[in-house]
Amino acid sequence: MIGYANPKRFLDLTRPIPPWFFGVSSTLLAIGLYLALFVVPPERQQGDAVRIMFVHVPAAWIGMGAYALMAVCSIWALVNRHPLADIAAREAAPLGALFTGLALITGSLWGKPMWGTYWAWDARLTSFLLLFFLYLGYIAIWNVTEDETRAARGAAILAIVGAVNLPIIKFSVDWWNTLHQGESIFRSGGPVIATVFLWPLFIMLAAYTTLFAALWIVRVRTAILRRTVRTRVSAGFGR
Amino acid sequence: MMNFLAMGGYGQFVWAAYAASALGLAAATVLTLSAYFRVVRQLSQLPREGEKPLA
Amino acid sequence: MSSLALIGRDIRLASRGGGNTFLAVAFFATIVTLVPLGIEPVAGLLHAVAGGIVMLCSALAALLSLDNLFQADFEDGSLELLVTGPLSLESLAASKIAAHWFTTALPLLAISPLAAIAMDLPGAGLVGVVLAVALATPAVSAVGAIGASLTLSAKRGGLILPLIVLPLLAPVIIFGAGVVRSKLEGAENGAVLYLSAFSLAAVLLSPFAVAAGLRTNLSA
Repeated sequence: MIGYANPKRFLDLTRPIPPWFFGVSSTLLAIGLYLALFVVPPERQQGDAVRIMFVHVPAAWIGMGAYALMAVCSIWALVNRHPLADIAAREAAPLGALFTGLALITGSLWGKPMWGTYWAWDARLTSFLLLFFLYLGYIAIWNVTEDETRAARGAAILAIVGAVNLPIIKFSVDWWNTLHQGESIFRSGGPVIATVFLWPLFIMLAAYTTLFAALWIVRVRTAILRRTVRTRVSAGFGR
Repeated sequence: MMNFLAMGGYGQFVWAAYAASALGLAAATVLTLSAYFRVVRQLSQLPREGEKPLA
Repeated sequence: MSSLALIGRDIRLASRGGGNTFLAVAFFATIVTLVPLGIEPVAGLLHAVAGGIVMLCSALAALLSLDNLFQADFEDGSLELLVTGPLSLESLAASKIAAHWFTTALPLLAISPLAAIAMDLPGAGLVGVVLAVALATPAVSAVGAIGASLTLSAKRGGLILPLIVLPLLAPVIIFGAGVVRSKLEGAENGAVLYLSAFSLAAVLLSPFAVAAGLRTNLSA
């Protein structure tokens, strides 16, 4: 772990990782998609619409995981003042926002045939929407604050406060949703998942996770290299 | 084939979901990689002193 | 400067400048007047949404005055002076939050019954609204202060403040509406408990986050 401390070492250590992860991800995606679209049978209640699950659940999983990652990096940044921690958190955010957005879109498309509406104030959809806004706020702090160190710390604080509030948001929406619940078919996850659905789901989860990891590492590398370019350019002009 | 596309009547939703996912993931990959290679290129072009500034 | 003196100073500043209190109350009154105009005059519809709207509007109105919570002091340097004084940053934050609540939320709380009546809410609902506003606004001031401290040095801080603060306040909106509903329906649904718990936690914990944000923006 300490090896990652030094940016140069980090760059050296992580160089082989992205191609490998992209490769693994593509393979898993291919297998997962094949299974999801051709092998998995239509589900009893949802018919073929159940296939949306295989792109919706992994996206949601990454959307939440990326935020947890961001929060952990932020704690690390505030506690250790490690330069990489800020970059790591910052670069995870747009990816997390993307996956959360995909989860919202695919969830909405899954909802229309299942519940008859594109949007429902379902506990999961609503708390995910709020998670999406939390991402936006986090990214906004980086963009709006002029001094980079201040931006980093401010963003870190926001990430942590948001992380603390996430379970509360989830709980409050759940609570509110059960108060409203009048419909009897409000089973957002569908019935208990049978094995035939489970394997393709795991494969897609793994595919999404490795893809996220690959993209994230490349973004962090890009950020470090960009900084290197900047310092070298300004050093050049300093003469 | 038509059955496959129709997805038991849910075709538009299933394919829209898959299309959106493919688009999102592809865009993320393309943007991320192009930014990376751009910066790598910039770094390799840097140099020597007295060079003209990079765009 | 002791905490109490600081609160007193902020209250005096706010009421003299007229700024915050007037702004919050005016904004609130305007929205509450406009909302019924925007809703179809279907019988009972306004009455059903009134509680939630009054509660939401008070939260928004309280938020309005947040971005200059620290701004004025930050700009003229008195924030730095306060920081080097005997008061810890956390106490400073708590004082600011309290002062904000007194100058902004309290007046709103006072006129919320009028707003509720204007929106056709029956007696029981009125109690619910006042209770919801009373319990929710401390959280709004506390969480809002976190946003204010984080956006202190931002160029367009005022615009991103709601973006940061509102998602964090989602539980407050939800529980607040629940409080109104519980009074209207006469059923106990735990909303009062949850809202109080959230507000209490927010008020107790936010000074630490606010202090951290202030430290970030004050140091080089």
